[in-house]
Amino acid sequence: MSQIALNTSSAIGQSTADAHAPVRIAMRNLNFYYGDAPALKNVSLDFHDRQVTALIGPSGCGKSTLLRTCNRIYSLYPEQRADGEILLDGQNILSPSVDVNELRARVGMVFQKPTPFPMSIYDNIAFGIRLYEKLPKSELDGRVEEALKKAALWNEARDKLRQSGLSLSGGQQQRLCIARTIAQNPEVILLDEPTSALDPISTGKIEELIEQLREEFTIVIVTHNMQQAARISQFTAFMYLGELVEFGPTNKMFMTPSKKQTQDYITGRFG
Amino acid sequence: MSEHIVSSYDNDLQSLRRRISEMGGIAEKMLVDSIAALLRGDQALAQSVIASDSRLDILQREIEESAILTIARRQPLAVDLRETISAIRVSGDVERIGDLAKNIAKRALAIGGQLQPQKIAAGVQHMSDLVLAQLKDVLDAYAQQDIVKAVDVWRRDGAIDALYTSVFRELLTYMMEDPRNISFCTHLLFCAKNIERIGDHTTNIAETVHYLVTGENLALDRPKNDRSIDATTGIGV
Repeated sequence: MSQIALNTSSAIGQSTADAHAPVRIAMRNLNFYYGDAPALKNVSLDFHDRQVTALIGPSGCGKSTLLRTCNRIYSLYPEQRADGEILLDGQNILSPSVDVNELRARVGMVFQKPTPFPMSIYDNIAFGIRLYEKLPKSELDGRVEEALKKAALWNEARDKLRQSGLSLSGGQQQRLCIARTIAQNPEVILLDEPTSALDPISTGKIEELIEQLREEFTIVIVTHNMQQAARISQFTAFMYLGELVEFGPTNKMFMTPSKKQTQDYITGRFG
Repeated sequence: MSEHIVSSYDNDLQSLRRRISEMGGIAEKMLVDSIAALLRGDQALAQSVIASDSRLDILQREIEESAILTIARRQPLAVDLRETISAIRVSGDVERIGDLAKNIAKRALAIGGQLQPQKIAAGVQHMSDLVLAQLKDVLDAYAQQDIVKAVDVWRRDGAIDALYTSVFRELLTYMMEDPRNISFCTHLLFCAKNIERIGDHTTNIAETVHYLVTGENLALDRPKNDRSIDATTGIGV
């Protein structure tokens, strides 16, 4: 029998996690409340630049809540509040002086259910650009094409840009939402179970897309699919009951996690 | 270790462990019997060892197939993945141990009950006693996921290598003394080598146990004490 050392850890986690990559978003002692009920408890976590970080954990653990603090989308609801610090490039985005609209252009979000606007494919992308920039048509056309190309949707959509975004399939709609986010030239893209509602082929296309997008954007993805997290992320955070239980390079988290609770969850022994 | 939410997953892993255990039992018996057949010239016992080997081959194939199915169906992670991969490795090592014991039995048939100096028989018996203890201990270590036991097996291999070197030298001496000894001494030499190889396979299993429990490999340099390469007849060298 061969003496080749078994080194399976390098096979998990797309490429190597770069812990030296600068920290794009730093969370420090973050607490979150729905009314009086605490949903996040003293969470401190770093999202590294141009790395994919996966958030995993059982239902109700706070991973989607955590995601929603990154672009202050919770601010739409008065009974939801956060305290602590979330530093985006050193600036605390929880500060009341922050322009949330500008923040949400820098930190884009894609949801589980595709949410295209009830407009043409072209306008879905152009809408956000037009909000902030006055561009001549040719330049706007170029930006729309670039966003659709980056989202791997251009070839399928180029001949029907005037058709409604809702005429696309589920997987295509999701890529349209990603294109819409990219068109804003964000720094960070937040993905909340982006493939849960999609078939395996669409899921594969989106995973492929995430691997390409990582070269340009910092990505945080919430997923219930353990194997997906293991495939596409460089870092993984495991959460339970509002607390961060363990965080580390994906290959270590999925092969030799430090905490028994983490191992029990990822191996399906939880509870 | 708590149970999986899906109980059939636990059953899959249990089934792998059970079959490795069965393989281990067969291999241990084959080793004991093949040495007894060799030293007593017991032809019938040698034949039964040879016949046992097919069961090991079947079990090894079954274990490999089950492990591959487990990987495809369960997509195991962490300790479950390591356990599944370890089952493939260990079954391969135990299957080789069986082959080596079968080879000893075949040589027992070839020697066919010729007289052997007691001293040489004692050397071979001692080696096989040590290796049998290694095999028992390492299979226990695997079943109990006991890395202290596994590392101990890993370390003890040096003594077996040293014993092999001395048996090798003795056999050379006998062959030089009397050309009529050459035939059975050569067979014995192969048998001693096979026993030493079985010892090496037990250290492979020990390394796998360490990997299974910790996710890390034992240091790459196991102490090696086989100096047979230095032994010469002194004739024409």
